[in-house]
Amino acid sequence: MAHDIKKKHPMEEQNPQERVKNFDEVPFGYDIDTAVAEAERCLDCKKAPCRQGCPVEVNIPAFIMSIKDRKFEESIAAMKADNSLPAICGRVCPQESQCESFCVRAKKGEPVGIGRLERFIADWQLKEGVEDPKLPEPTGKKVAVVGAGPAGLTCAGDLAKLGHDVTMYEAFHTPGGVLVYGIPEFRLPKEIVAKEVDYIQRLGVKLETNMVIGKTITVDELFEEHGFDAVFIGTGAGLPTFLGIPGENLLGVYSANEFLTRTNLMKAYRFPEFDTPIHVGKNVAVVGAGNVAMDSARTALRLGAENVYIVYRRSDKEMPARLEEIHHAEEEGVQFRLLTNPIGINGDDKGWVKGMECMQMRLCEPDESGRCRPEPIEDSNFVLDVDTVVVAVGQTPNPLVPQTTTGLKTGRKGTIDADEFGKTSREGVWAGGDIVTGAATVINAMGAGKMAAKNIDEYLKSK
Amino acid sequence: MYKLVTKEVLSDVSKKFEVEAPLVAKKAQPGQFIILRVDEQGERVPLTIADSDPERGTITIIFQEVGLTTKCLGQKEAGDYIADFVGPLGKPMEFPEEPGRVIAVGGGVGIAPVYPKVKGFHKAGMDVTSIIGARCKDLLILEDEMRAVSKELHVCTDDGSYGHHGFVSDILQKYLDDGEPIAEIIAVGPLPMMRAIVNQTRPYGVKTVVSLNPVMVDGTGMCGACRVTVGEETKFTCVDGPVFDGHQVDFDELVARSRMYLDQEKKALENCRCGGAK
Ligand SMILES: Cc1cc2nc3c(=O)[nH]c(=O)nc-3n(C[C@H](O)[C@H](O)[C@H](O)COP(=O)(O)OP(=O)(O)OC[C@H]3O[C@@H](n4cnc5c(N)ncnc54)[C@H](O)[C@@H]3O)c2cc1C
Ligand SMILES: Cc1cc2nc3c(=O)[nH]c(=O)nc-3n(C[C@H](O)[C@H](O)[C@H](O)COP(=O)(O)OP(=O)(O)OC[C@H]3O[C@@H](n4cnc5c(N)ncnc54)[C@H](O)[C@@H]3O)c2cc1C
Ligand code: SF4
Ligand code: FES
Repeated sequence: MAHDIKKKHPMEEQNPQERVKNFDEVPFGYDIDTAVAEAERCLDCKKAPCRQGCPVEVNIPAFIMSIKDRKFEESIAAMKADNSLPAICGRVCPQESQCESFCVRAKKGEPVGIGRLERFIADWQLKEGVEDPKLPEPTGKKVAVVGAGPAGLTCAGDLAKLGHDVTMYEAFHTPGGVLVYGIPEFRLPKEIVAKEVDYIQRLGVKLETNMVIGKTITVDELFEEHGFDAVFIGTGAGLPTFLGIPGENLLGVYSANEFLTRTNLMKAYRFPEFDTPIHVGKNVAVVGAGNVAMDSARTALRLGAENVYIVYRRSDKEMPARLEEIHHAEEEGVQFRLLTNPIGINGDDKGWVKGMECMQMRLCEPDESGRCRPEPIEDSNFVLDVDTVVVAVGQTPNPLVPQTTTGLKTGRKGTIDADEFGKTSREGVWAGGDIVTGAATVINAMGAGKMAAKNIDEYLKSK
Repeated sequence: MYKLVTKEVLSDVSKKFEVEAPLVAKKAQPGQFIILRVDEQGERVPLTIADSDPERGTITIIFQEVGLTTKCLGQKEAGDYIADFVGPLGKPMEFPEEPGRVIAVGGGVGIAPVYPKVKGFHKAGMDVTSIIGARCKDLLILEDEMRAVSKELHVCTDDGSYGHHGFVSDILQKYLDDGEPIAEIIAVGPLPMMRAIVNQTRPYGVKTVVSLNPVMVDGTGMCGACRVTVGEETKFTCVDGPVFDGHQVDFDELVARSRMYLDQEKKALENCRCGGAK
């Protein structure tokens, strides 16, 4: 059957009734013929507007044209020139607001499925087996990378490719950052993250897990005692924000971080095969409407909750999550309680959650920032019948490193101050990713890691 | 992987290991803790740093076998390895602001976390009176070690099998009554014991610090599992503590939260891979 050229080729997915019962990945990805057919939709624009929308400026038409010509080796080479984690980006980047939003095809119909093609080519390579990288001549310079999330992994990989001796320090027992402890298996299989990390290790990067920098070793000591010539800090935005409403310490109230870490990193969904437990009741409220909230809601369903509500004080237009994630959540039966603001959590006599008191909201005129401020509607209080609450209203930067490093300037919200190259106020120290920007995206963190690697390399050469 | 260097069985329910972890040993201060994971399927559990030896690169942990992880850990022998061991976490202990007598109260396995603090005071040249207790003589741990760093040591057992027949609070009461100024009381033990002690000392207005042991996951302030209400504020035990002013702690909430996974913990123990349940 001929495909409507105005539309993206659909990607097969697990059906919603089935998938809410498992943690397997939801979309299956394109097969070769579908990928080639989708690649044929690309107009190979001279100016390639799509690239403007990509924080690392992947040469999009080049990698797509190679797929069209079935030259997959060339395609992956074109991709990897700018993006070392395509299997991850192809799955979690908000393409609709980045590359795809600039695609010429989007003017009449749907944009080229750039994200789906990215995923296709990355998976193709993982299946074929990644070649061993050619290692460059060592430069004799040592760099420490703190935090093994997307920012740290990218920075470490790029520095290793330039011949520097890189050691990556990670606080958890597993590298990957949010990719392993936050984003669930059904959206990003951990095996894929592990393969990408493995590649970076094969580039010669040493990985030291169970190292809380600022506690086990300080940044100062990395220079003074461990002989590093430069340090990159990519410790992310890992501190949970709570709502500050009564009842928040009741049993059954989780931060999204805890809820997702127990499930993903500690594999609570396979309890008791794995030792870490999690509690999910029948009726779960997830407060917030970003990716973190969607992930928590969909996880709660898979852990056996009957009713899962997204409770969000603005309207559907303001929801910050990726469109695809909102659709997936809807299909799976997550119920949206929009324009609803929680004001308190009620407990039973044993201290467990038994309901969440909410108020109905309305949106007034947009203020100077262009955002509509939600305001409560009087006498609209009601109690949502829930026994578990997951608070997913944002994270702030992890203060452990800034607190224990001398000469490091921080911003008002605890972020580390860094210029566009990631350079901080302290000589020899760079920073990037969520620790600099506050909670953002995988690709932005990678972009920052890359930029810093380039700048660190110049610094080391000039030293 | 982290090597368990020496093992000592202290009582029926408590064991002591020295673990090879040179970087942690170099940094460890009294009051801090580590988080370990026995194996790939394991849970992350916090244990106090009972002692450290920077020269040998080892950390001493003392633990009570209460559930799956501590039972699995107890089955290990010297020379075995565990998957993960991270630290030192938490804030180091602070010294009392006022000079004067310090009283340290340790109950059960809580003597383990009290010991490094008393040792710290002792090193700083302070005189500490210690009161330690256990259900019976066989469960009493660290008596000799405590004696070596305390000016006076009192021992109590609930069943009278050794030392004073009764609770640690009985002995403490005498000191509260004798009127000599007390700079600080430090109490560590099971939650009901700590709650009893802070209630006992509150009317006397004597500063009483406790070391809390809520359920933890990461231990770096990332998950919020370890939150407790201190004063009117929510604090994260792993980064703001674990030592807090006991008179400010909401013990009801803490007790409730520590029972959150009771049913699952039972189930986990039934399925235990290490055979520790038997
Ligand atoms: C649930 C969830 C879903 C998300 N979904 C998406 C999505 O779909 N698309 C998207 O683009 N973005 C998404 N994001 C955001 C994205 O994951 C982050 O912006 C990105 O991971 C930031 O990368 P980072 O490298 O700066 O930090 P992180 O990924 O947070 O990694 C930081 C690493 O540093 C380690 N660390 C912290 N402190 C220390 C220390 N003191 N010593 C040593 N190590 C330390 C941490 O353990 C961690 O491994 C999501 C975030 C969450 C929480
Ligand atoms: C800062 C700190 C220091 C501690 N120091 C010591 C020590 O020196 N010696 C010692 O014997 N115990 C100590 N504990 C308590 C110890 O962590 C728990 O006994 C242990 O986690 C129980 O695990 P389990 O799997 O054997 O038992 P489980 O069956 O999982 O639980 C039994 C009970 O232990 C508590 N518990 C369970 N999981 C955790 C967790 N992840 N974190 C904290 N508590 C938990 C709960 O109250 C639970 O009801 C400390 C706890 C903290 C927070
Ligand atoms: S804008 Fe769209 S059509 Fe043009 S090159 Fe980029 S992906 Fe292809
Ligand atoms: S244990 Fe996670 S915040 Fe303290």
